[in-house]
Amino acid sequence: MSSGPGTTSLTADLRVRARPAERLILGLLQLSALLSVLITVGIVVALLRPALDFFAEVSVIDFVFGTSWRPNLSPVSYGVLPLVAGTFMTTAIALVLAVPLGLGAAMYLSEYATERTRRRLKPVLELLAGVPSVVYGFFALQFITPTVLQSWLGVNVGFTNALAAGIALGVMIIPTVASLSEDAMSAVPQALRQGSLAMGANRMQTTLRVVVPAAISGISAAVVLGLSRAVGETMIVALASGARPNLTGDFREGMQTMTGYIAQTAGGENIVGSVSYNTLFAVGLLLFVITLVINIISIALVRRLREEY
Amino acid sequence: MAHLTQEPTRDETPSSGLPRGGRSHERNVASLLFLGGLWFSLFFGIVVLVVLIATTAIDGSARFDSELVTNYDSTLFPDAAGVRAALVGTLWLMVTTAVMAVPIGIAAAVYLEEFADNRRWYNRLIEVNLQNLAAVPSVIYGMLAVAVAALFGSDTTNIVLVGAVALGLLILPVIIISTREAVRAVPREIREGSLALGATPIQTTWRQVVPSAIPGISTGTILALSRAIGEAAPLLLLGVGTILFTPNGIMSGFTAMPVQIYKWTAQSQEEYKIAAAAAIIVLMAMVLALNGLAIYIRNHFQRRW
Repeated sequence: MSSGPGTTSLTADLRVRARPAERLILGLLQLSALLSVLITVGIVVALLRPALDFFAEVSVIDFVFGTSWRPNLSPVSYGVLPLVAGTFMTTAIALVLAVPLGLGAAMYLSEYATERTRRRLKPVLELLAGVPSVVYGFFALQFITPTVLQSWLGVNVGFTNALAAGIALGVMIIPTVASLSEDAMSAVPQALRQGSLAMGANRMQTTLRVVVPAAISGISAAVVLGLSRAVGETMIVALASGARPNLTGDFREGMQTMTGYIAQTAGGENIVGSVSYNTLFAVGLLLFVITLVINIISIALVRRLREEY
Repeated sequence: MAHLTQEPTRDETPSSGLPRGGRSHERNVASLLFLGGLWFSLFFGIVVLVVLIATTAIDGSARFDSELVTNYDSTLFPDAAGVRAALVGTLWLMVTTAVMAVPIGIAAAVYLEEFADNRRWYNRLIEVNLQNLAAVPSVIYGMLAVAVAALFGSDTTNIVLVGAVALGLLILPVIIISTREAVRAVPREIREGSLALGATPIQTTWRQVVPSAIPGISTGTILALSRAIGEAAPLLLLGVGTILFTPNGIMSGFTAMPVQIYKWTAQSQEEYKIAAAAAIIVLMAMVLALNGLAIYIRNHFQRRW
C-alpha cells in the first residue's frame, strides 16, 4: 500500500491506511467504558439473587411494612421499618446540620471570598470529606457523645445514640453540600449580581435574593447528593448509632440503621445461602434502591442547572 | 471527592469583581450578622477537623511507640496491640487497587471524552450510570465483590485480591469522572494541531491529550486512592477481620487499617480505645499525605490554558 523508500511515485497514496492495532486499542477503550455498565448490572445481580431467596421465605409486604426487626431472636420477624427509621433519623439530623453550614460556607466562598482565599480554604474544607468514616465513628463515640452532648450540652443520651451519629454524618457531608452549591452559585452570571447592586441592594440581599434563587437547582442537587451520602454511610452509624433496632422518634436513643445492620452482621460468621446471609442482601437491595432513587433525582436536578445558562 | 479536581476557569469573573466597602448599607446589623454566620459556617468544619485530630492524638498519645507498628493485634495484651498486619495489608491493598483501577479508569475516561459520540443513547446511559455509581453506598461494593469472587469459584473472600476488587470497583467511577474533567480541560487546538500534522486520533490522544492531562489525572487518582484507603465497610462484607501474620501477596489473607480501627473501637476495654486512637493518627497521616500530594500536584503542575 505505502510507497517504499525506493519507489519514486509522483502520485503519493493519500488513502487512510488500515491500522488494525488502533482498532484494537479503540476496542479496549470501549470495553473499559462498558465495564461501568457491567458494574451496575453486577450489583443488581449480586443483590437480587440472595434477596430473591430471602423473599421466597419472607413476604415482601412483611419486610417493607413490618415494624419489628428480630432476625436473630425467636420468634423471628423481618420488618425492616425500624432500620429505615434509624437511617431516616440519622440522615435528618445530618441534613439539619450540613445544609445551613454547607450553604453558608458556599455563599461565603462564592460571593465574599477573594479568589486567593477561595483557593486556600476550599481544599481544607474538602479535607473533611476525605477523613475516613471510621474515624468519624470513633470521634462520635469518644468525643461528641461524652464531651459535647453529655458534658457541654447536658443532653441525656445513651452510650450510642442517633444524635451523635447524625452530627458526625452532618460534618462529613458539609463539603459535599458546600462544594456543589459553590459551583452552582459561581455559575450564576455576573450580570445578575450587577443588576441587583445597581438597583441598590447590598451584598447580603444580592446573595439571598438573586444568587441563591438563580442557583437553586444546583443547590438542591448538592443537598440531595449529601442526602444520598448520609443514607449510604456505614461506619459512623455502625459505631455510634448502636446495634438495637428501635422504632422511635427519640434521637437520644440508639437506633440501628440499614447500613449499620449490614456492617454489624457481616462482621460475624454467615454461611453463604443461610437466611441470615440472605437477609443482608435483602437490606442491601433496599438500600441500593433508595439511594438509586435519590441519585436519579440529583442527576436530574444537575441537568436542569446545566440547561439554564 | 471528584469535585476537588474541578478548577473552573473563573478567573475572568472574580467574585471580587463586585464593588466593595465604603457603603453604609453594607454595614447594617443584618448584613454583619449574615457575614458572621457565613464565617461561622466556613470555620465550623475546619474547627471540627482540628478538634478531631487534636483529641484523637491526645487519646492515643500513650501508644505512640514502636510497638504500635511492629506488633500484631493481641487479645492477651491489649496495651501492646499493634497495627503491623493492618499497615502492611493496607499497603498491599492500595497498590493492588491502583494497578487494577487506574488503567481501566483512564481508558474509560479517554474513550468517553475523546471517542464516544455522546448523542448516542448508550453513551448517554454510560454517563448517567457513572454519576449514579459514584454515589452508590460503599458497603454495596463489598456485596458485589463477594459475588465476583463466587463467579471465579472462590469462597475465601478475605484476601488482598478480592479486597482490591471491591475498592477498585468503588473508586473506578471517581477516577473516570475526574479523568474526564482533566481530559476535557485540554484545549481543542492541541488536538487539531496534532491531527493537522498527520497523527491519527489514537496517536493524538496518546501523545498529546493524555500527557497534557497527567497532572489533573494524578490529582483525581490520588484523591480516589485516599478515599479507598479509609474504607472499612466493603471489607467487612468480605469477612476481613483480625489476623496475626504479615500479608505477603495478593492471594494472602489480610486486614486493613480502617478495619483494625473499627474492631478496636467496638471493643469495650479502654486499652483498645487508646490503640484505636493511635492507629487513627497513623491512618490520618497517610490520608493527609495523599491529599497534600494531590493539592501540591494541582498547584504546581496543573496547566491553565
